[in-house]
Amino acid sequence: MNERAEFVMPSLGADMESGAVAEWLVKPGDRVRKGDVIAVIDTDKATIEVESFHTGTVESLLVGTGRRVPVGTALAVIVGTPPAAEPVSPEPVPARPLRKRARPRRPTPARLPTPNAPHVPSPVASPLVRHLAEQRGVDIARVRGTGPHGRVTRADVEHVEPPPQAKVSPRAKASPLARRLAAQFGVDLADVHGTGRAGAIRAQDVREAAERGAGPRPPEAVEEAARPPAEPVEVRAVPEADLERRREAMRQAIARAMAKSKREIPHYYLSATVDLTGALAWLRERNRDLPVSRRLLPAALLLKAAARAAAEVPRLNGFWVDDAFVPGKAVHLGVAISLKGGGLIAPALHDAARLAIEDLMAALKDLVSRARTGRLRGAEMTEATITVTNLGDQGVEAVHGVIYPPQVALVGFGKILDRPWAVDGLLGVRPLVTVTLAADHRATDGYTGGRFLGIVDRLLNQPETL
Amino acid sequence: MTPQQARELITSALSQVAPDTDPAALPRDADIRDALELDSLDFLTYVQTLSESSGCRIEEDDYPAFATIAGGADFLAVHAT
Amino acid sequence: MSAATTTYREAMREAIREALRRDDRVFLMGEDVGAYGGCFAVSLGLLEEFGPERIRDTPLSEAAFVGASIGAALGGMRPIVEIMTVNFSLLALDQILNNAATLLHMSGGQLNVPLVIRMTTGAGRQLAAQHSHSLEGWYAHIPGLRILAPATIEDARNMLWPALEDPDPVLIFEHGSLYGMSGQPRPGPVDITSAALRRSGKDITLIAYGGTTGKALAAADALSAEGIEADVIDLRVLRPLDDATIVESVGNTHRAVIVDEGWRSGSLSAEIGTRIVEQAFYQLDAPIQRVCTAEVPVPYARHLEEAALPQVPSIVAAAREAVAS
Repeated sequence: MNERAEFVMPSLGADMESGAVAEWLVKPGDRVRKGDVIAVIDTDKATIEVESFHTGTVESLLVGTGRRVPVGTALAVIVGTPPAAEPVSPEPVPARPLRKRARPRRPTPARLPTPNAPHVPSPVASPLVRHLAEQRGVDIARVRGTGPHGRVTRADVEHVEPPPQAKVSPRAKASPLARRLAAQFGVDLADVHGTGRAGAIRAQDVREAAERGAGPRPPEAVEEAARPPAEPVEVRAVPEADLERRREAMRQAIARAMAKSKREIPHYYLSATVDLTGALAWLRERNRDLPVSRRLLPAALLLKAAARAAAEVPRLNGFWVDDAFVPGKAVHLGVAISLKGGGLIAPALHDAARLAIEDLMAALKDLVSRARTGRLRGAEMTEATITVTNLGDQGVEAVHGVIYPPQVALVGFGKILDRPWAVDGLLGVRPLVTVTLAADHRATDGYTGGRFLGIVDRLLNQPETL
Repeated sequence: MTPQQARELITSALSQVAPDTDPAALPRDADIRDALELDSLDFLTYVQTLSESSGCRIEEDDYPAFATIAGGADFLAVHAT
Repeated sequence: MSAATTTYREAMREAIREALRRDDRVFLMGEDVGAYGGCFAVSLGLLEEFGPERIRDTPLSEAAFVGASIGAALGGMRPIVEIMTVNFSLLALDQILNNAATLLHMSGGQLNVPLVIRMTTGAGRQLAAQHSHSLEGWYAHIPGLRILAPATIEDARNMLWPALEDPDPVLIFEHGSLYGMSGQPRPGPVDITSAALRRSGKDITLIAYGGTTGKALAAADALSAEGIEADVIDLRVLRPLDDATIVESVGNTHRAVIVDEGWRSGSLSAEIGTRIVEQAFYQLDAPIQRVCTAEVPVPYARHLEEAALPQVPSIVAAAREAVAS
């Protein structure tokens, strides 16, 4: 039983209407697994690597590179393998002979291949499941987890048919924290040198690898070799005319999203002034003994405070969809990044509230550099739950922002300025920042917004807890 | 380090953080953050690149010297070996 | 309360004296607590001050006097029972487990047992196996009990009163090696719900309680000299465990060493390690290390006893291993 599935132009943001395939990473006859990056898509805003939602063999490519087509247009046909070998098929899991000690499985909701649906950025699995996957030659990164929070379960691994030519590489010995950070930074553990006992990889090894830029994971070497040599793989210089076209297209995309926002979202605005004396002193003390590569910027503290506050005020962290608020599952902090030569993009820092401050700083550097070189990933474009804009570098004192739909809040930070400020009845000169909140009045009221700013203030006054 | 070597390191570091510009054409006393539209993260990357390529430790207190090409070159000429 | 120098023993005595003065339902009962002044001299002088009605010597029958104290508590009194060491408390285990800990539930919430039982625990004084074991982990297994382990003079001075105010049974474990410790207690009150962070560091979390807290702090000093900064958690309350403090600390340091004078197998250290894995698995950057008593009855000979117990060098070595692995 072979199923034909279409790989369609995904929607990589509420404002995206069309896109073009910049590069195919597969050709007819190639075997692909769910989660493989198979194409590079040019949207109006960025160049994004897009993953397959199906497992099977590529039958045909329907759209050549460079042609702009609307979201939803079929781009390729993938002939699926029988469902038993497919971890999660588009239909509800069909009945199949159960193993002898099969445990009752929680009914899994059918996961339709809707490119808009937020998906889990990286697999989380227990040590046992990872061990089993290694034994069976299954690449766990390509298994869709059905356990709580998308965890890959033993059953998920057991239901994957091992690829025929699977090359079994010894599993890297790494701590749970190191694995989590590697997934966060897109670092391949195979590229990391472990400094622990018996070469175990520890968190610091992953941080250093991320600094050196060991990631994101390149396409499988096997696939690389299978590709015909004629296929261009090097990065091509973009002609000036294309750049101009892209700038224009991005302007249009921003125009659509912002007009939709102002048309539909009843914004309310709040602002607060926060004294950063303690935060900057703490930062200075912390940075003093560190090499430049590990120093923190004030921006990292501001972002972390906003993320933590969003976690504490969940009504501001999520989406307004179909006249109702849908809370975000975690705080994926959209970071507004201005692009050289104009334009704006706000990709997500995943799970920012729970990132340690040095990890957040590393993730921020990585995100900004990839946003500017045009290699963001699909999940980063669609999953932000609240956005922060920081125009302080321009000398702006306060930002009254426009919410990025369907999010319900936007946080702004202005320039950190030395100003007269009364403390305990005495006037002194203190570094101050104006924090603003633009929020959707359909989802929350000013009281909630006020609480959010109060928490940001409190957190920035306790920098050591960030 | 000679002033000439320092200037070369600086020009090269600036080309990395602001790839579409021509730092060599900048006036030596122009504020590079304004001229090249560098944000704080770009500037940190710039200092980091310079610190690594020159082998010279650069403290946060020294950052103001690097606001201009001339200031940075003088600093490196004195402090880098 | 004065801030004068005092000992753990005197702090405990002062706590009992205060309770006897504040509430006339309170009385102290146990073997040799009166005329002899207590086997560890905790109650020395109290008989003379409060009289035999309130400082009651009992026969050598733990089951009888603990059972009697449960009856007194049910009848509206607030008994403090002293059992000489945790080893002998096993004779009263039936009363503690089957009556004190269960009556509230079996009566559908009608019968509280406001009882406090104090006992000595732990080794290190060449008292041999029958007087040296650390069985508080067994009691921490039992729902219906609150288990306290004061490790500081403040806690020795201040934990008794909130324990008496608790409407349900509370067991206080006093490590025998602490009685002579001296210092200046800060005035109370203290809570009997949370663990305390006794020292802050970023590299590793040392988790200890009672008699091992001081050793963990000494190990942290030694580690600091090597550039390893440790959080030291004094559990204070062994049941219910304060998971939040442990998980928060491990979330910061990503490594943990658990120090427990009980035996490793089926111990409190095993419970804590499991909770860390359950609640902070993805924060761990190294295997959890445990420093426990060797799995033998505690030896009498000094050098053997020292070798069997958790010591500062073994804690330091476990922490180094966690940081290196």
